[in-house]
Amino acid sequence: MTANLAAILYLIAGVCFIMALRGLSSPASSRIGNIFGIAGMVIAVGTTLAQPGVEDYLWLVIGIAAGGLVGTVIALRIKMTAMPQLVAAFHSLVGLAAVLVAGSALLAPEVFHIAVEGDIRLISRIELSIGMVIGAMTFTGSIIAFLKLQELMSGAPLVFAGQRPFNLIVALIIIALAAIFCVDQSPTIFWIMTALALVFGVLIIIPIGGADMPVVISMLNSYSGWAAAGIGFTLDNTVLIIVGALVGSSGAILSYIMCKGMNRSFISVILGGFGGEDLKVDKSEKPHKAGSADDGAFILSNAGSVIIVPGYGLAVAQAQHAVREMADELGKKGVRVRYAIHPVAGRMPGHMNVLLAEANVPYDEVFELDEINSDLASTDVAFVIGANDVVNPVAKTDPQSAIAGMPILDVENAKTVLFVKRSLSPGYAGIDNPVFYNPNTMMLFGDAKKMVEAIVKAL
Amino acid sequence: MEHVVDIHPLVIAVTVFVLAVFVGYYVVWSVTPALHTPLMSVTNAISSVVIVGALLAAAPMEGGTAKILGGIAVGLAAVNIFGGFTVTQRMLQMYKKKK
Repeated sequence: MTANLAAILYLIAGVCFIMALRGLSSPASSRIGNIFGIAGMVIAVGTTLAQPGVEDYLWLVIGIAAGGLVGTVIALRIKMTAMPQLVAAFHSLVGLAAVLVAGSALLAPEVFHIAVEGDIRLISRIELSIGMVIGAMTFTGSIIAFLKLQELMSGAPLVFAGQRPFNLIVALIIIALAAIFCVDQSPTIFWIMTALALVFGVLIIIPIGGADMPVVISMLNSYSGWAAAGIGFTLDNTVLIIVGALVGSSGAILSYIMCKGMNRSFISVILGGFGGEDLKVDKSEKPHKAGSADDGAFILSNAGSVIIVPGYGLAVAQAQHAVREMADELGKKGVRVRYAIHPVAGRMPGHMNVLLAEANVPYDEVFELDEINSDLASTDVAFVIGANDVVNPVAKTDPQSAIAGMPILDVENAKTVLFVKRSLSPGYAGIDNPVFYNPNTMMLFGDAKKMVEAIVKAL
Repeated sequence: MEHVVDIHPLVIAVTVFVLAVFVGYYVVWSVTPALHTPLMSVTNAISSVVIVGALLAAAPMEGGTAKILGGIAVGLAAVNIFGGFTVTQRMLQMYKKKK
């Protein structure tokens, strides 16, 4: 295969990947998009296998088959509630693969045509360093994110005195080492730089708390893209550069959307420490109305319209199927049921939508905050399940609160608010929710799944 | 064609990169928020196109450590490619319209 033909095929693969993302503009076109993505990957891998210098096919096929088998089995077995962990784990693999490729390029530069008489070209040294550092950070950072999401590690931010200056110093040392490597091409310096980048990946994620995980996952998604682009520059390979740029910007946009959903700046999320401090919560008992499943069922069945507001608690309790059953029962009684999704509900972007889709909730009954917020005022019942901070009006009234300015779903405007919750305890941000104590609010205390199942029975 | 050959490959690579960032920006903003999770899993799968580099590293008959690192990278990237596309397809199959 000539170099020109290969370049054209890589370009076609790149276009396929653009089409894969483009397909996601609507659920109807998304499945075709995924096919485009697979086609692009087949073209990219096939073109590479036809390159001169590719000889040991057995070794390659073993690698692809073994990895493919593991990946497919995991993908078929994973629970939808565990999707954030899975994505974090996958990001770490992209990072590690980038690290290994960069390491391999350093050891055998002639394979990648980046050496002139044994010396790696200066520009390639720079590209290698960038690819290696970002890949290493993605690798270890994603492992920490995975451990936090899988709850193998506390979701609380891990902070220590002098953390920020310390991190800054580590970052500066990494940059200095990269500069030295670019000058003298010393493998020792390169590996020390790599080790420090691995440590740095851990350092930047540990201070970030559990509720900021949607931003962290998006950010790591972005890093994995930039790492791929770095390798692409080293190899002078257009498909890698295109994909790296696409994925890098995709992750960056998602991070931005998540930050906006919490009204936090990206910098403040990155610096971390949020959600760890001891919060002064007013523990005094305030009057509130508590109801049983029967009361809830009575109110729901007499409503003309219901808007369900699910939060992370729904995913934890695996209550999505029960909620769908409840919506079906209400639908049979002529009640109009819709769902309202807050941008940061769940532990990753769009997580709630996937869980509802899994429970066979039609996607045209599911609405984003902007689409449905004004309808809450004309709704009979707002049914809040496993959500708290995202419906807390304090965000609008108290500029001093941790969630000030965060866009919220105005459930308090509905005629009746039903809250399914374990207790009156505040949400992640540690702020009491005044809606609990409104005269038109009824608290349904209990496990989300059991409560909804009891309501279904009562209906 | 003889008179236009003197462009450094890096310039071409940067051109492709900058244009792709713009394409990515506009394409990703058009993705519906309901599909943000599949967006992440599919970007995950396609960023594993680093397998291209891994394949080249693992490909020579003689190669030592570089070849072994490349082989491991091929396996890891393959986990991601197969896993990423499969889980994305699984999710997308679940999105249905009201009957």
